[in-house]
Amino acid sequence: MTTNHSMTTTPLLTVEHLTMRFGGLVAVNDVSFAANNGEITAIIGPNGAGKTTLFNCITGFYTPTVGRLTLRHPDGKQFLLERMPGYRISQKASVARTFQNIRLFGGMSVLENLIVAQHNKLIRASGFSIAGLLGLPSYTKTEREAVDLAKYWLDRVRLLEFADWEAGNLPYGAQRRLEIARAMCTEPVMLCLDEPAAGLNPRESGELADLLTYIRDAHKIGVLLIEHDMSVVMTISDHVVVLDYGRKISDGDPAFVKNDPAVIRAYLGEEEDEELPAVVAADLPEVAKRAEEGA
Amino acid sequence: MTAISLSSPRAIAWPAILKEAAMTAFVALLLTIPLVGLRTVDRPTGLGLETRWDEVAAAVGLVFLGRLGLCLIREGHAAIVLVLAAAAAAAGFFIAMPTEALRIILIAGGAVIAIRAILAIRTGRSKLSQAERDKRMDHIAAQVQHASRWLGPIAIVLALAFPFTPLADRQLLDIGILLLTYVMLGWGLNIVVGLAGLLDLGYVAFYAVGAYSYALLAHYFGFSFWLCLPLAGLLAALSGVLLGFPVLRLRGDYFAIVTLGFGEIIRIILINWYQFTGGPNGISGIPRPSFFGIADFTRTPADGTMAFHELFGLEFSPLHRIIFLYYLILVLALIVNLFTMRIRKLPLGRAWEALREDDIACASLGINRTNMKLAAFAIAAMFGGFAGSFFATRQGFISPESFTFIESAIILAIVVLGGMGSQIGVVVAALLVIGLPEAFRELADYRMLAFGMGMVLIMLWRPRGLLAHRDPTILLHGKGGSGGPAAGTAAAGGQGIAGGSAK
Amino acid sequence: MEYFLQQLINGLSLGAIYGLIAIGYTMVYGIIGMINFAHGEIYMIGAFVALITFLTLGSLGITWVPLALLVMLVSAMLFTAVYGWTVERIAYRPLRSSPRLAPLISAIGMSIFLQNYVQILQGARSKPLQPILPGNLTLMDGAVSVSYVRLATIVITIALMYGFTQLITRTSLGRAQRACEQDKKMAGLLGVNVDRVISLTFVMGAALAAVAGMMVLLIYGVIDFYIGFLAGVKAFTAAVLGGIGSLPGAMLGGVVIGLIEAFWSGYMGSEWKDVATFTILVLVLIFRPTGLLGRPEIEKV
Repeated sequence: MTTNHSMTTTPLLTVEHLTMRFGGLVAVNDVSFAANNGEITAIIGPNGAGKTTLFNCITGFYTPTVGRLTLRHPDGKQFLLERMPGYRISQKASVARTFQNIRLFGGMSVLENLIVAQHNKLIRASGFSIAGLLGLPSYTKTEREAVDLAKYWLDRVRLLEFADWEAGNLPYGAQRRLEIARAMCTEPVMLCLDEPAAGLNPRESGELADLLTYIRDAHKIGVLLIEHDMSVVMTISDHVVVLDYGRKISDGDPAFVKNDPAVIRAYLGEEEDEELPAVVAADLPEVAKRAEEGA
Repeated sequence: MTAISLSSPRAIAWPAILKEAAMTAFVALLLTIPLVGLRTVDRPTGLGLETRWDEVAAAVGLVFLGRLGLCLIREGHAAIVLVLAAAAAAAGFFIAMPTEALRIILIAGGAVIAIRAILAIRTGRSKLSQAERDKRMDHIAAQVQHASRWLGPIAIVLALAFPFTPLADRQLLDIGILLLTYVMLGWGLNIVVGLAGLLDLGYVAFYAVGAYSYALLAHYFGFSFWLCLPLAGLLAALSGVLLGFPVLRLRGDYFAIVTLGFGEIIRIILINWYQFTGGPNGISGIPRPSFFGIADFTRTPADGTMAFHELFGLEFSPLHRIIFLYYLILVLALIVNLFTMRIRKLPLGRAWEALREDDIACASLGINRTNMKLAAFAIAAMFGGFAGSFFATRQGFISPESFTFIESAIILAIVVLGGMGSQIGVVVAALLVIGLPEAFRELADYRMLAFGMGMVLIMLWRPRGLLAHRDPTILLHGKGGSGGPAAGTAAAGGQGIAGGSAK
Repeated sequence: MEYFLQQLINGLSLGAIYGLIAIGYTMVYGIIGMINFAHGEIYMIGAFVALITFLTLGSLGITWVPLALLVMLVSAMLFTAVYGWTVERIAYRPLRSSPRLAPLISAIGMSIFLQNYVQILQGARSKPLQPILPGNLTLMDGAVSVSYVRLATIVITIALMYGFTQLITRTSLGRAQRACEQDKKMAGLLGVNVDRVISLTFVMGAALAAVAGMMVLLIYGVIDFYIGFLAGVKAFTAAVLGGIGSLPGAMLGGVVIGLIEAFWSGYMGSEWKDVATFTILVLVLIFRPTGLLGRPEIEKV
């Protein structure tokens, strides 16, 4: 799986010297990296490393203190994300995201969740509701297309038969999948996933990995992934960025990262072992073996 | 005071029960001593004091017995309690009580405890849990929602036919008009509160803007009602945008208090700017609506206009105007209803509901939150404005008195009691909130007291509103397909996600 | 200058009253996140209990003013606290886990109920009372005169605030209360009786509101069943202005609103003072959405 990504292609997302401060706390400190189109870029790091803050900067929920975030669409259009208000990043720059603690529209049906995701397209077609209120055919047609797109993604995440369920009543794993489907319905050029495997069992994690590779390969978009589950990260990522205490400590393909002494130090700690590193330490050799078998 | 539910009777733990009942009675004593037992009275020499210890004693006694009854039900002795409570309720009709209010408390309290006892006997449980009760009501709400497909048209036909039935006298028509006005306001506010999830405590402001727009335009420029109606709606919508623009980004409760403040500001302006608005005296002589500008509802119209009864060759009757007003508000209300039903199936309406469910997720999907909320606010304000100008033309007189906070509270209560977002719920709640007090006008003083208590009780009984139920706006599999529990629990969030070993 | 000082004293005493009521709002909001709409009525009941106590004392022949005031204060706080406790127990506790709007509607219903309850029992007409504490303190050669009542209001409020702060910061009850504010579930797991803490919050809030009610009775010498609404709204405004959930904020907000009102009435006429208050509220919220002393919060994602 480890493809050597050439340095000649222009990256989809370029993060330069990104810093985010909250009062005295520096959550992200001078981080730079690039993420390519058609690749899965994973951002990993111990708890509190600043991964979610980085995500929130990219997706416009925070305005970074310092730094530049450039998004280049395959068609050449360029966006400076740090200057855009939150909703514009999805609307204009086509960046979609999911949330660590799932944020579905729990009282609405599964299908409605996916239709709301296509809001901007639909509201234009409805003539800002005027044509829609009058029931003009142009809107009806767009809505039918929206339903078709929703059906396509429901099929991909195996939720087609649950389309009319209330989203809040779905089991946990299904909610995670639905959130990804909802993000994909915005037809993004970059998909940002905040710990999509959290709370999933091993079988579901495996399915998630398949879904993400499918999204990358079939839809040729960039995927940015925060994840703790190393089995997912190491098997599907093309590129891994490691954060620790808000700084980038390593950057490269999975094979490189997992042998990087800086990473091992961050996870295992130099002197005292803490709880989390012990788990990871037990996990790492096994992960490495599996990654090698896969390759 | 923990609710232990036991199904089988056992030896009664008298000391514990008596202690609990005595504690409750003691609280009742503390509550009643100062306000019930000691009354201030106006005497020529100044304020005097009067004592009513009989009422205190009666109230404390009733509370003690009531609590005792509930404790015994809990302990599994429902049958005895049923007999005693029923007897007490019946006795309430005969024995002397210090005041009528206490008599009502005795009868109603006895009845409630008797019903509790019956429930306990039938279910073998001392009380239903909140979740079970909610589930039952959800079921009813879903059925009503589905029934509304045919119930709605029937209700509309009945409402249309009502003025021609022999029942329709002046008084009933007036009540009908009042009810429909509140139904319209409820449906209007439902857009903001029920769909978009914005807690607006100052809706009456837009009602006032609409009413004064018409009154002032008619007063200063002599504009007719039919010209003013759209203008009033427009002005109200404009005031909605003006208010909404700065405050819509505030979080829930801050937003609520600012809207409340705005409602008060409008009222104070109406009172204080008396050169323009007539101040506390209001504006009188507001022109009545004509029959679409063709004819007037007077016996002898001014020169150049026709009289309604002449136009249709009828005998003159003052009822004609009332009936016309009735139809006018019916149509206006139905327009709001139709609009809401349509908009729910359009991107705008879906975005509103999504905003109510999760504001942040909406931003992540590229939805311009401010614009969507502003639209909800402006549209609801516009409908409020329509209702306001209708109110002005119907009354012929308006003053700031009609636009106090209590009006906002009543409209909000209609929306929330009915079940947020439920169209039919608004109608039912309006019947309860407006219709019932109208029907019990002879209770006079106790009307608002009962109204307040009723609001509390309904919320306790059914926190999500009587007919809270949401049908999806679009179905993939159609009805009867693998719909699953779409009509299931909890539209309003807060329900945790089942399963998930995470955290 | 003299006029200015006069208004300053008026504003401070009015602000003290708003602040005392605002504490009830802010504590309840801090702990269960609801607007206790009936709190204004609790304050009104406090004023009535104080009045009734005074009249009772009069009929018993107790006229020594310091004693009368003390008994009034204690009785108003006690009986009103029972009302605060009962309202929470009946109308709010069963709705602890309900959608956010349910307790609010219940509170509005409670507010309407209590208003009419007092109206029916005590009559709709306003209740005048001859000054209990007449006399003025004259300063600056008689240019500024401060009534003893207003001075007493300010002094008592400061004393109460001191005691109250000690209660919240030093006692185990205060610690339990602050713990519940942070995380009710966790506090419960650690053995804090959450229900009791919430009840006590209402009791304390009601007792402070009762003091405010008594002050209003003493200063203005007239009350009616309707005074709760406007005072409640203004006090809530004060709580929001100061940063809801923050106790010093509530006091500061109260004082700011009191001062705005006093100076506005003093210099611009009293008709528009409420508009001024609400306008300032809107402005503060727009530029500092969490109030003056509230912690700025970041949209949690």
